[in-house]
Amino acid sequence: MIEKDAFGFFVTLGLMMIVVYVTRIAGYWLIGRLVIGPRLRRMLNALPGAIIAATVAPALVQGGLRAVLALAATLVVMIVVRKDFPAVLAGVAVAAAAFAYGL
Amino acid sequence: MTAPPASSDARWTLAAFRHGAIDVLAFVPGLAGFAMAYGTVAARKGMTLFETLLMSGTIFAGVAQMVVLDSWPQTLTAGAIAGLVALTALVNARYLMIGATLRPLLGGQPAGKVYPTLFFLVEPPWLMSLRYHSNGGRDPAYLLGGGIAMYVVWVTTAIPGYLAGAAIGNPKQFGIDLLVPAFFVAMMVSLWRGPRRAYGLVVGALAAALTEYLFGGFWYLIVGAMAGCAAGVLNDD
Repeated sequence: MIEKDAFGFFVTLGLMMIVVYVTRIAGYWLIGRLVIGPRLRRMLNALPGAIIAATVAPALVQGGLRAVLALAATLVVMIVVRKDFPAVLAGVAVAAAAFAYGL
Repeated sequence: MTAPPASSDARWTLAAFRHGAIDVLAFVPGLAGFAMAYGTVAARKGMTLFETLLMSGTIFAGVAQMVVLDSWPQTLTAGAIAGLVALTALVNARYLMIGATLRPLLGGQPAGKVYPTLFFLVEPPWLMSLRYHSNGGRDPAYLLGGGIAMYVVWVTTAIPGYLAGAAIGNPKQFGIDLLVPAFFVAMMVSLWRGPRRAYGLVVGALAAALTEYLFGGFWYLIVGAMAGCAAGVLNDD
């Protein structure tokens, strides 16, 4: 339980705050001090997609058929409608339905 | 340094700030659901409401907060604190790469504005900023507006979650556990630029899935991002 050690809690929180802020600024700071050639630029261009894909893939592995159906629904609605909100809503609705169905 | 000083006068406008805040509204239900889940976990762990909100307000990194809460030990030794901080760094390492991708938008702007703005850096406004920049937007206030909107939602919506405590039951029942992946899938469609520029995306996904399958834990993000980044060299310009 956390309240029993308030001092430890605040120390941990303070250190976490510093670490998180450093991760937020360090990438930006470092890149400004490197010369960006065509290879590095292509790598950086690929980064957002790679991070996003890397976030989604394990959810598919862990979530099984229910996750596959839900995220496929999001994908289809997004391709058709091109709006984030209905796409996400469709995915969540399918996930809820699949859960009710016992998946 | 890319931006000529003259053009920076037209930047950091209130209009772009508001534009950024409005564009992240689509993420509010997902973020609020996540914040409520965080509040619920925090309540179950025995944190006070003040501590719960203080953590959200100072850290502002949902995955890191959840993971740290999840692995919070019974007694806080120095070793345990070091472990929690290392875990935080690992989970948030993806921000090194996220921050790097913001150089085109923020480069050449005054450090006194850039570094405070980066405190509010989270994924939804980052994704929106990439799109904003590729559509010709150049005002960094867009990123700040999105970040502060997310910050307010993140801190305040933890309160009902905390109060609900354990009463929410199973998040799977409402599909809340898949909200974040669904948002990412939607964003992948927006970022798609054809198969010849998608090697990083495909390789990143495969590497992350394989790592998750073999090792579990949080390595999948690092491995997937690195592999996708390396494969990106093969992309067409």
